[in-house]
Amino acid sequence: MEQALQALMVIVVGVGGCVGYFYLSNLLLDHVFFPARGPNMGRNINRAGMIRPWLFLFPAIFGLGLYLAYPVLATAWMSLHKDDSFVGLANYQQMFSEPKFWESMKNNLLWLVVVPALSTAFGLLAAQLTDRIRWGNFGKSLIFMPMAISFVGASVIWKLIYDTRPDDQPQIGILNAIWLKFDGGIGSTIGLRLVPALLILLLIAALGYGAWLLARALIKARVKPHPMEMFARLLGVAILLGLIWELVGWMVGLFAGDLPYGQPQAWLTIPYWNSYFLMIVLVWIQTGFAMVILSAAIRGVPEETIEAAILDGANPFQIFFRIKVPQIMPTIVVVWTTITIVVLKVFDIVLAMTNGQWQTQVLANYMYDKLFRALDWGVGSASAMIIMLMVTPILVWNIYSARKELR
Amino acid sequence: MDSIAGKKPALIWAVNISAALLVLLWVLPTIGLLVSSFRTADQISSSGWWQAFGTQEAKMPAIRIEGDETAKDGVFVIEGNLFGASGGSVGRWGTSSKEPEAYGPGDVADLGDGRSLTVGQDGQFALSAAGSMADARSPRVFLTASKPPEFSVDNFRNVIASPLAGQSIGQAFLNTLTVAIPSTIIPILIAAFAAYALAWMEFPGRPILIAAVMAMLVVPLQLALIPLLQLHNNLGIWLAHTSFGLPMAIYLLRNYMAGLPREVIESARVDGATDFQIFRKIVLPLSFPALASFAIFQFLWTWNDLLVALVFLGTGNDQQVLTGNLVNLMGSRGGDWEILAASAFVSIAVPLVVFFGMQKYLVRGLLAGSVK
Repeated sequence: MEQALQALMVIVVGVGGCVGYFYLSNLLLDHVFFPARGPNMGRNINRAGMIRPWLFLFPAIFGLGLYLAYPVLATAWMSLHKDDSFVGLANYQQMFSEPKFWESMKNNLLWLVVVPALSTAFGLLAAQLTDRIRWGNFGKSLIFMPMAISFVGASVIWKLIYDTRPDDQPQIGILNAIWLKFDGGIGSTIGLRLVPALLILLLIAALGYGAWLLARALIKARVKPHPMEMFARLLGVAILLGLIWELVGWMVGLFAGDLPYGQPQAWLTIPYWNSYFLMIVLVWIQTGFAMVILSAAIRGVPEETIEAAILDGANPFQIFFRIKVPQIMPTIVVVWTTITIVVLKVFDIVLAMTNGQWQTQVLANYMYDKLFRALDWGVGSASAMIIMLMVTPILVWNIYSARKELR
Repeated sequence: MDSIAGKKPALIWAVNISAALLVLLWVLPTIGLLVSSFRTADQISSSGWWQAFGTQEAKMPAIRIEGDETAKDGVFVIEGNLFGASGGSVGRWGTSSKEPEAYGPGDVADLGDGRSLTVGQDGQFALSAAGSMADARSPRVFLTASKPPEFSVDNFRNVIASPLAGQSIGQAFLNTLTVAIPSTIIPILIAAFAAYALAWMEFPGRPILIAAVMAMLVVPLQLALIPLLQLHNNLGIWLAHTSFGLPMAIYLLRNYMAGLPREVIESARVDGATDFQIFRKIVLPLSFPALASFAIFQFLWTWNDLLVALVFLGTGNDQQVLTGNLVNLMGSRGGDWEILAASAFVSIAVPLVVFFGMQKYLVRGLLAGSVK
């Protein structure tokens, strides 16, 4: 009860304070300091006009400065200090020598590639599938629903799916229940080896085609592209090749290894794969976001282009991949980068589900570990700076596009 | 012309079915937890939630036979029903944990010492002995029984009202409300003024400020936390949520306000209205959709946040918000799914209601924020 009152007080004081500040400061400006009357009327109006924007902006600038701008600088400063004495890059050195840090980096890179890609792909699929069916809006809002669920809530939901019980007890996690249905017979070979192998092959082919498209412009270009563009394309090709290498590894594992049929698996403790099980949670949440935005973009594709394609005899797949997708490419990029930012900050899911054990650590949780468990603020700040470094390209891009917009 | 998209019946069917599968895949996890939150601990651990709607064949935990002894013709008998009032049907039963399925319904088990036990299909049991059993340890019965589906709201009652190992979700719910509501209202006000200034007022440095806001949109919260620990105080969490929400708020609202018709605002200026009046009487009412969509964002974000709450509030369960409590529960009661599921649903319920109630504004805000 006391707390409810306190909250009410905060609302009243906060909102009242804000309204009071804006109202009174404007009143003072117009009637006391620079009244719009008397001999200096013209000059007063001009001066009030010069000051007023800053009155409007002051609380925002104060909040942003104190809680965002100052902390970024302070973190940079603290990453160079240990126990209040300047140590140069020693914190970074210490961090780079820790295997747990490199594990976090590796996982973060994996997250950065897999989650935005899968979320965007599923979002695109969901947007296209629900576009023209009668119950489309209902289906969309169901897929969109996980957006409202907290990362922690989602972790509880998925932990039930991944739940593992000992061999002799009934499995209550649906993943294990399905897994135990496979007994190593012909059905298992088809379901767990052939079908996945086919899917992986398809994926490799798609990635290879993408890499070829990116590289083609470099090899065949008559005009030499801009260095930035060249760099971006090379980076894309490198990432795609890395993914293909990863997938080839999966293929080999699929046929070389023996699958432990009939034994319940503790999914979250299987190194390497457990990261993917965590990523699925975030994909589940972010797909709705991607779907909503992409579906609006698909609706915005001019009808004439689609009609023209139909008249030329294009099939539905061609219409989708050759007509719609190229036209909504800018939106896909926006969705992709937005999800990338979310991924960089991912923390709750890892903390709640594995707490970075079994090689699932990511940077944000590594930082939290350093700060609150190891109480090492220097290394904690250093790892925060690494996260900052990773968002910097997006930050620069944002500033660049703000400039373009204002021009 | 039969290849026109969406005109072939087979294609329509394929699209409908794949869409249905996708939607099902997306709601299934949530439904699993929802169903589990209405089941008892025994039910959850003896069968998967997907079996909750059928009659369930399950091994029940051992039941020690209890009841009043009646003497009849020199034979002492204890009678009763193993299922109590809930009902069920016995498949197999036994009297030792080694052989829990030794007997069928109606069989008579010899327990030694002249005692014998019989259990009927409906759970009715009779334990009879030659002498009084008042001093003897009564036997345990292991049942494999099928029970009708059964759901109850007991979990929610337990979780909200009674403290579990020092944690009460009810208290955490209040804490969350206390954090989320002021943190939603205050930034709207501050951001609305700032957005108006950035959209409609001329002053030096405006482009730089807009660029700065765009830059701060992506600054990770992690960076802000360490120095702020030094500014730690009671107001901390409200101010923190307010400030962290500002870039998004200013960005969304400025975009929206800049799109308002220039003539309206300029004619008001010509008529002698001050900026304060224009803002209050024209811009603010016209911006209602943008304000609403940001309010939803900010509410969902503050309600669902874990990081800021962990840093600015104490770690104690009575100080923490719902998300913090859930994380603690996952650590301390990780196997007690009835508690976890119900607690998780208490924390999810409010955002879901807000989401389904105001989806229109949420979508509009997302589109305004991302697609330019």
